[in-house]
Amino acid sequence: MSNSAAPMIEMAAVSKWYSPQFQVLKDCTTSVDRGEVVVVCGPSGSGKSTLIKCVNALEPFQAGTIRVDGINLSDPGTNLPKLRARIGMVFQHFELFPHLKITENLCLAQEKVLGRSREEAMAKGKALLERVGLSEHAEKFPGQLSGGQQQRVAIARALAMDPIAMLFDEPTSALDPEMITEVLDVMVELAREGMTMMVVTHEMGFARKVAHRVVFMDRGEIIEDRSKDEFFGSPRSDRAQLFLSKILSH
Amino acid sequence: MFQFDFDIILKTLPYLLKEGMVFTLTLTALAALGGLVLGTLLALMRLSTLPGIALFATGYVNLMRSLPLVLVIFWFYFLVPYIGQAILRTERPVEVGAFASALITFTLFEAAYFSEIMRAGIQSVPKGQLSAGYALGLSYRQVMSYVVVPQALRNMLPVILTQTIVLFQDTSLVYVISITDFLGAASKVAQRDGRLIEMYLFAALVYFLISFLASLLVRRLQARTAIIR
Repeated sequence: MSNSAAPMIEMAAVSKWYSPQFQVLKDCTTSVDRGEVVVVCGPSGSGKSTLIKCVNALEPFQAGTIRVDGINLSDPGTNLPKLRARIGMVFQHFELFPHLKITENLCLAQEKVLGRSREEAMAKGKALLERVGLSEHAEKFPGQLSGGQQQRVAIARALAMDPIAMLFDEPTSALDPEMITEVLDVMVELAREGMTMMVVTHEMGFARKVAHRVVFMDRGEIIEDRSKDEFFGSPRSDRAQLFLSKILSH
Repeated sequence: MFQFDFDIILKTLPYLLKEGMVFTLTLTALAALGGLVLGTLLALMRLSTLPGIALFATGYVNLMRSLPLVLVIFWFYFLVPYIGQAILRTERPVEVGAFASALITFTLFEAAYFSEIMRAGIQSVPKGQLSAGYALGLSYRQVMSYVVVPQALRNMLPVILTQTIVLFQDTSLVYVISITDFLGAASKVAQRDGRLIEMYLFAALVYFLISFLASLLVRRLQARTAIIR
């Protein structure tokens, strides 16, 4: 089914309701091309996190379609665990497994999902740990690392699965300010290597540096979906202007 | 004036330990292990989204927790042979033996308590941990066995061990089906030699020491196995 011309992630008219009265996503349509970096921003409660969690089916949605690498998520024949294994995801609160050492965090899914041997998984995990600059922490537990270090391990854990795309759900929102840079640096490097990325973030500096497109959401709707330069140059909607003025003013 | 004779304890100690304590400890260990495995399954069933499965587990747990243990021991001792007969279609009631009957009873009974402990433990694992497991491509089973249950067990270990200490004391109830456990052995000697006070004092001391030391150990273990956060 893989079609190299089609977008990596395609969303068409995705809607989601928590209850009949409360619609969290309204007709969201957007896409992420191969090698493209799309930043999703918007006020809190606008549905950004919910949208990104729909991409790997962690959140169910009631209407519309999402295709990842040409595979329709809503198709009953779709093997969701298999598809999720190919999409890396990084969470706001890191979600490393606290009872496992860093190396075990990196190896678990490689072995249990991809069927790699312990040596192979370990070699891959160590290489990625080296890449995020945390080799000396391999035998520690997550609780012994700082937030920024944990988030870098979480990125390494996702990369260990050789993902075709990476989803970031507010990866720096739970971090102390001095740790944000170390995480963003890893993400910038990843973007420059050509990884397909969808990033929910308020870090407009990151968006300016590496994003190709910016999606602005408010109250469950995609208000703007434009190239980075257009978005920062002259956001058309009042709501996006207001949002930008609030977060860029200081 | 009543004369205490503590020699009787020394003289009968080998019997008390070999006949009695070995049985008590074996039953405690096996029932705790079986109860933990079955209890974990019951907890997972109770948290299942399939209403039939959840209802069955809830019913089972509530039933077991509403009955006195002595009654359950008694019932199983008389019923299991007939249940066995019905299942295996034998002509006569299946002979299970007192030990197997006691073991089955305690396992089933403890499973109800352990399942409630495990349920609390499983629910104490943050939802984000499940999401992280699923996002890596793990299946429900794998998320449960590698991510959730290991954390739940660590969180609940002190409570599980404390419940096991209670079980250790409860095993003395097997006297109702004439099994000789530690207390039963002490009781037999007491009746035979008319040394009730000495033997029951000694039995109480032994139960106290073992339970108390075990709870001290639990506290030390808790400090060592806690998840670093």
